[in-house]
Amino acid sequence: MLIRVKRRSDPKPSELTPKSVYEDRRRFLRTAAVAGASAAFPGLLVSGAARAGRKLPRVRHNPDYSTDETWTDYDDITSYNNFLELGTGKEDPKENAHRLKTRPWSVAVEGECERPGVYDLEDFVKPHRLEERVYRLRCVEAWSMVIPWVGFELRTVLKAARPTSKAKYVAFESVYDPKNLPGQRRRILDWPYKEGLRMDEAMHPLTILAVGLYGEVLPNQNGAPLRVVVPWKYGFKSAKSIVRIRLVEKQPPTTWNTLAPDEYGFYSNVNPEVDHPRWSQKKERRIGEFFKRRTLPFNGYADEVAHLYAGMDLRKYY
Amino acid sequence: MRNFSSSRWLRFGLKPAVFLLALAPIGLVVWDAWQDALGANPIEAVTHRTGDWTLRFLLLTLGITPLRRITGWRWPMRFRRMLGLFAFFYATLHLATWLVLDQFFDWQAIVEDIVKRPYITVGFTAWLLLVPLAATSTRGMMRRLGSRWVRLHRLVYLVAVLGVLHFWWLVKADVLEPAVYALILSALLGYRMFANRRTRLRSPVTA
Ligand code: HEM
Repeated sequence: MLIRVKRRSDPKPSELTPKSVYEDRRRFLRTAAVAGASAAFPGLLVSGAARAGRKLPRVRHNPDYSTDETWTDYDDITSYNNFLELGTGKEDPKENAHRLKTRPWSVAVEGECERPGVYDLEDFVKPHRLEERVYRLRCVEAWSMVIPWVGFELRTVLKAARPTSKAKYVAFESVYDPKNLPGQRRRILDWPYKEGLRMDEAMHPLTILAVGLYGEVLPNQNGAPLRVVVPWKYGFKSAKSIVRIRLVEKQPPTTWNTLAPDEYGFYSNVNPEVDHPRWSQKKERRIGEFFKRRTLPFNGYADEVAHLYAGMDLRKYY
Repeated sequence: MRNFSSSRWLRFGLKPAVFLLALAPIGLVVWDAWQDALGANPIEAVTHRTGDWTLRFLLLTLGITPLRRITGWRWPMRFRRMLGLFAFFYATLHLATWLVLDQFFDWQAIVEDIVKRPYITVGFTAWLLLVPLAATSTRGMMRRLGSRWVRLHRLVYLVAVLGVLHFWWLVKADVLEPAVYALILSALLGYRMFANRRTRLRSPVTA
């Protein structure tokens, strides 16, 4: 069971921006933009497909798994992204967001399980009660954000698939669509993007599949329509635009680890004591802040997850 | 090109224009900062933009001699010092951005990075090497140092190589951009080797 502990990193309530203030402002701006767009392109909004910016229904805020730190600005979360499928610059993914086709979308759950299946996205998501989880996100590049994700626990999906005793790891595979995705026209990475977790990490209640943020449908640049979020690991472990979830016996190959094994470990738990070979991980810049802050072990989730790694040398398994 | 070579036109027309143009990148950074248009991570944006312009001015500086040799024009030489000093100007802004905005005088982290991170070591070395070049860029220094000046200022080749290496080592996956700079630099340096082999240097200040 998760016991909520007030952390040093949690700000005092007085430091929080009243949510309604900026939400009102942003909602106004976005409503105006959507109204403008629908006036210019009638029919755009009645296509039925979930679009970024559309409010997600019946989302329950889960305070037990949420930090009450100030949310990072919506515009920053959606304009500063590492999503190489949509370009290498930080602002490219936003610019190229429309190139990612999120409908139709299917998700395969397969491998070492009794109930594999291929699901249409809507069917895949429908059984789950959507929750809001406000998580810290720590990028391996030493910046961080606080993001109110909307999603559901990955473990519910895994349990439903009935893993066999051979299921020791979970492998994720992201979208592969070089015709549309500008970043996939060159082999910057070994496409499609692959990530993976150990079974106990994947089954941890903090690990979620996100379909939204800020109460709304996930913008494409943030990994729509469905992405993993593992808040105690560096951001690249949280694979975006997932099409395949595979239960496997052996530790699966993962993209960054394959590209540069000495820089990106399979585990990649946030750890201020283990530097990236090219920069220090001791501090991070919270987007929107000037001064850097100290990076916390397991990104501040040590109470919840440190036991998963008891007895492991985290310098070796970085 | 007679017009361009007239020294009045150079002094009062072209030179100030190039000077102002060379200030445009930093002007744009200031403007964007004012407009809050530097994106989600403004410090990183300033670091990147000043770094890019340092390298571009280095390459522009190195382009002057080949331009002169190929075209036979003498007037481009009048811009070499200015462009070189702008390279130093942007390098210093770039370094200052890192020291002040990024690290905020965290000297321990700064020293650690310079010693431990090859890309920083290389970048810092490049900046250090630019200091004596900037300091001896005056006409007086040129005269005083004579042929030693030429030898000293050959360091700029090394600075440019280190600059490209710095960029190459800091990208995470896509080396396309540093590769383009590397290609341009190889062309500029390759041209010199080629040209030097064919003809002896005619002018003592052709570096
Ligand atoms: C002649 C000297 C230098 C040149 C030509 C140079 C050039 C560059 C270039 C081209 C970039 C990449 C910009 C981009 O990604 O668009 C860069 C980034 C950077 N440079 Fe330099 N630089 C020099 C010196 C230095 C020095 C002295 C330092 C600090 C000690 C430094 C620290 C950095 C940092 C921290 C970055 C950003 C790295 C990142 O975002 O991962 N550079 N530089």
